Amino acid sequence: MISIQNLHASVEDKAILKGLNLEVKAGEVHAIMGPNGAGKSTLGNVLAGREGYEVTGGSATLNGTDILELDPEERARLGLFLAFQYPVEIPGVSNLEFLKASVDAVREQQGKEALDSVQFLKLAREKCKAVNLDQSFLKRGVNEGFSGGEKKRNELMQMMLLEPSLCILDETDSGLDIDALQVVAEGVNAMRDANRSFIVVTHYQRLLDYIVPDYVHVLANGKIVKSGGKELALELEEKGYGWLEDAATAE
Amino acid sequence: MSSQIETQAATTETVVLEGKDAEIGRRIGKEYQAGFVTEVESDTLAPGLDEDVVRFISAKKGEPEWLTEWRLKAFRAWQEMQEPEWAHVTYEKPDFQALSYYSAPKSMADKPKSLDEVDPELLRTYEKLGIPLHEQMALAGVAVDAVFDSVSVATTFREKLAEAGVIFMPISEAVHEYPELIQKYLGTVVPQRDNFYAALNSAVFSDGSFVYIPKGVRCPMELSTYFRINEAKTGQFERTLIVADEGSYVSYLEGCTAPMRDENQLHAAVVELVALDGAEIKYSTVQNWYPGDEEGKGGIYNFVTKRAVAHTNAKVSWTQVETGSAVTWKYPSCVLKGDNAVGEFYSVALTNNFQQADTGTKMIHLGKNTKSTIISKGISAGKSENSYRGLVRMNPNAEGARNYTQCDSLLIGDQCAAHTFPYIESKHPSAVVEHEATTSTVSDDQLFLCQQRGIDTEKAVSMIVNGFCKEVFKELPMEFAVEAGKLLEVSLEGSVG
Repeated sequence: MISIQNLHASVEDKAILKGLNLEVKAGEVHAIMGPNGAGKSTLGNVLAGREGYEVTGGSATLNGTDILELDPEERARLGLFLAFQYPVEIPGVSNLEFLKASVDAVREQQGKEALDSVQFLKLAREKCKAVNLDQSFLKRGVNEGFSGGEKKRNELMQMMLLEPSLCILDETDSGLDIDALQVVAEGVNAMRDANRSFIVVTHYQRLLDYIVPDYVHVLANGKIVKSGGKELALELEEKGYGWLEDAATAE
Repeated sequence: MSSQIETQAATTETVVLEGKDAEIGRRIGKEYQAGFVTEVESDTLAPGLDEDVVRFISAKKGEPEWLTEWRLKAFRAWQEMQEPEWAHVTYEKPDFQALSYYSAPKSMADKPKSLDEVDPELLRTYEKLGIPLHEQMALAGVAVDAVFDSVSVATTFREKLAEAGVIFMPISEAVHEYPELIQKYLGTVVPQRDNFYAALNSAVFSDGSFVYIPKGVRCPMELSTYFRINEAKTGQFERTLIVADEGSYVSYLEGCTAPMRDENQLHAAVVELVALDGAEIKYSTVQNWYPGDEEGKGGIYNFVTKRAVAHTNAKVSWTQVETGSAVTWKYPSCVLKGDNAVGEFYSVALTNNFQQADTGTKMIHLGKNTKSTIISKGISAGKSENSYRGLVRMNPNAEGARNYTQCDSLLIGDQCAAHTFPYIESKHPSAVVEHEATTSTVSDDQLFLCQQRGIDTEKAVSMIVNGFCKEVFKELPMEFAVEAGKLLEVSLEGSVG
């Protein structure tokens, strides 16, 4: 699925990722945990191609395609999806229009026929229901006036519509109460299948009670400093990140 | 209360975006799609302007004595006037003696009696612009008057309209066929000496459309005029007069384009609307004059006076989508003369590269319980300057009058500017004036969200801008709302790097 090798990246000339390696195979769920400032969000942004995140070394290939030279929209069309920590509002552009443009662009890339408005509306309503959002959210401006939980569910709905092959969830649990967290987790779990992979970036173990990962990695000081199974998350919960950070700095 | 007069001085709000999203300013540079030149032989008057030129134009059109005198009076007034300088625009003033004031394709010298006699090259010009003039090919339900430089080339569906009693013809013909109507209304809304450009237009106006809707008639189709400047070093001075008699209704649309040229060309039009008691006029403009190149070279100077008088219970609605011209100076206005008259102004003004627009409206409330609504959407990209300038005046008799103004600016990139100049004068204590204004930007975060969902930046910007303009687009006749959306897309091409 995705293979990241010796990835270096900086923001405003400050090195954030310093040689990150990660292999995620189809169907796997990897959790990336780590202290604040370790570079967790940077990883998602670099992979998605956000402006201002400069790759200074290494490679990342998605299903065999080197993605680091591609425009963000090209990466998205290849099946890379980033669920934002803080989804931004686009006033005046209806959610439905936005979703249609998005699905059209991705389907075109995949050589699939564009859905007509009726088909699309039906599909969008279905997904809207699946994430427990009222149908009226389709008519409202993108994230306009949505609560934190509604924004995250809207992200999830987009993910369901686009059916990406790699989903990166960037601190999706931040700002969510336990009910909303469950809705999001259920949605994610429903999408797990043998052809889809997830990178779940989170600060807290809590989310991983609901989205159970196959692997857990600790990101500290721009590198993966420890990898393990889901039990590593529990260990981190108990011990904190300090012992791993010290080890990373000592290298 | 000691005084019944309340006046709020003009407040000025200027927003210039700086710094952060410098990246967005980069341009790719796409072509203006209506920029071609039609190769036709034209009769073009030598440059220069004096009383003889005014007489020449009048004679060329075989006008009656009164109209020649009317023009001369305007010309004499114009000579005494100064070009206005209060607008927030800077440009090199036109040399009025270097312009030609009349140009017409030679083939139009003997008036063609039907479309079959019109030079095919002219017809092709309009086809290329998406305005087929053959009725069977034309947009269903839209009658078109096509004005090419100084003359009207063709007017479609005239017979069909005549059945309803609707008069729709070039004003130059109406002068001969309906002299009493022209004499009664010409210059009653925009007098000859109203302002510098209106005076100039009154002296040298060439052609334009005349519309008359009889009492109680609902015009059976959309009327539209398509203005095309073709000849170099000429100005276009068209004059449109629309009279909606009591209880009638008409929806009218104008469109404009011009070839790409390095020099600036002048377009100084006058539009007069008369809505008699209980009549309704809906006037829509899609203005796409050549805006100049990305270095700011060339483009049309669009200095236009548009005004309507609404009598008792009448309603006038101006909708404009302004994407073209190097410099725009334009304030479609309503004089709400009768009680309960309603005036509306819906505007989208988009400026890119080095374009400058100073546009807005005037709502003059004279009658009781008159109402006006102003929705203005300014979009600035590139290095452009976009100003809204609006006057709302509640006169001493305007008891119970109301105005609502909403003025929104959207900035794309960090080199452009948006300005708002609202003037509010209220001389009746019961009048209510509301003014709301917002300024927003297309942010990097919004663009990234779109891109991350597979939508490229140009599509994203056009979606965001269209969303921003939605309230205005819904006022346009449906066929044109789609056109307007596409036009914005083209005009914005290259505004995002």
